[in-house]
Amino acid sequence: MSATTKDLKAGFTPRQYLICLWGVVWREGLRFLHQRERFVSALVRPLVWLFIFAAGFRQVLGISIIPPYETYILYEVYIAPGLMAMIQLFNGMQSSLSMVYDREMGNMRTLLVSPFPRWFLLGAKLFAGVAVSILQVYAFLLIAYFWEIEPPTKWGYLTVLPALALAGLMLGALGMLLSSLIKQLENFAGVMNFVIFPMFFASSALYPLWRVKESSPWLYYACLANPFTHAVELIRFAFYQQVEWTSLLVVVAYTSVFLVAAMIAYDPARGMLMRKG
Amino acid sequence: MTDALSIRGLSHSYGARKALDDVSFSVAPGSFTVLLGLNGAGKSTLFSLVTRLYAARSGEIEIFGANVMRDPGPALRELGVVFQARTLDLELSLMQNLVYHASLHGIGPLEARRLGLAALTRAGLAERANDKARALSGGQMRRVEIARALLHAPKLLLLDEPTVGLDIKARADLLAHVRGLVRDEGLGVLWTTHLIDEIADEDQVVILHHGKVLTMGVAREIVAAQGVENIGAAFSSITGAEKISA
Repeated sequence: MSATTKDLKAGFTPRQYLICLWGVVWREGLRFLHQRERFVSALVRPLVWLFIFAAGFRQVLGISIIPPYETYILYEVYIAPGLMAMIQLFNGMQSSLSMVYDREMGNMRTLLVSPFPRWFLLGAKLFAGVAVSILQVYAFLLIAYFWEIEPPTKWGYLTVLPALALAGLMLGALGMLLSSLIKQLENFAGVMNFVIFPMFFASSALYPLWRVKESSPWLYYACLANPFTHAVELIRFAFYQQVEWTSLLVVVAYTSVFLVAAMIAYDPARGMLMRKG
Repeated sequence: MTDALSIRGLSHSYGARKALDDVSFSVAPGSFTVLLGLNGAGKSTLFSLVTRLYAARSGEIEIFGANVMRDPGPALRELGVVFQARTLDLELSLMQNLVYHASLHGIGPLEARRLGLAALTRAGLAERANDKARALSGGQMRRVEIARALLHAPKLLLLDEPTVGLDIKARADLLAHVRGLVRDEGLGVLWTTHLIDEIADEDQVVILHHGKVLTMGVAREIVAAQGVENIGAAFSSITGAEKISA
């Protein structure tokens, strides 16, 4: 083996891995800053639900005392965790959209032709998306604070962070998987109809599951199987400094499945990209 | 000497349609090799396989002796690519585009800025470093993409129909720029095109038609062997295709 080939075999140092991760996150951050309308719409969407929908339904929907709440709560308080998860759901799908866009525009190819391992590149891309979604959630929480939506103690803002990271990871991985399956940008509207809306409405984001069960047992089981329900519950309990173990396990399981599937889809030997030509 | 790019027995299909059929050729270090073929000849498929967008089902691809599938890291480190589609981030400045690319090769931001400025200077665009990519003309974007592809100092540069959409002058400038890189820096270049006027007499030419390599060699010798006047006529005679763009 020649000296040159030996040098090539040396691989990357941990510092270089960090540089690569930083680069991907930095680019995502810059893109986010340059797309102010994306930030504004990411914020306006949950605020419209909070200020208009929740205010309107406050009188209609009574919420009984269910964990983690220890007293009667306003409907706005109930749907706040669902709205946090909604921000992450949209962000995950937005990342998926940007990956399809990147692939059509060729930017995805410049990422994938990097000599770093592909799992690392996709992981870095996912991490960057999650970081952006968490920033959006905290911006939402800041505004919601003035609407008197806050955790029982300030620690809630900290304890919700790992839940947001995990939920963001799950929804981001789902978005990444979808991005590998969507053939063209135009097909993305379908994601809206077939992924975002069903996931959001068939979950515990807007109404407690016991209410759903009363009206439709079939829908109740659909809600239970919906990963988004568990993301919402994980966030809801973490905001109140508690862990909802079932939801935690379900979210971890779904995250693993989506991640593995996305990695396979982007694997050159087995991937779905092959069919796109 | 190890080839910059070595392709042996490469085949690839999309379902029943065979896009590449037992393709073999190589690119020597410091040479300008043209992959000539009509649209649909299999050039883009070949590109996707060499850049590992998807995997070769049969055959071997090596970059400076490193197998692209088995040893992608070392192989891709030596590779710079300019894709047919424009791949600059239009919202970011030229320098930000370069710093991002450098990070994908483990080069930190300080070093990336130094290398980026040198690369932009070479491309004649140093004073535009902080302009958004969106503000550039098509030809300028291509030059930045080449500068970016060379930022991590690869020894092999692949360009997939890089002159598509450029006017005559921009095409000539770009070609001269890349030939200069081959001459001055000993870069191995694989340039795919369907435009015969981009080929010089001394270039290595690989003619790809319906997924098969029909002939390869120095352009001048291919023309002489066919007993025709120019490479366009040689292409028509070899492939049976009526016409190829000038």
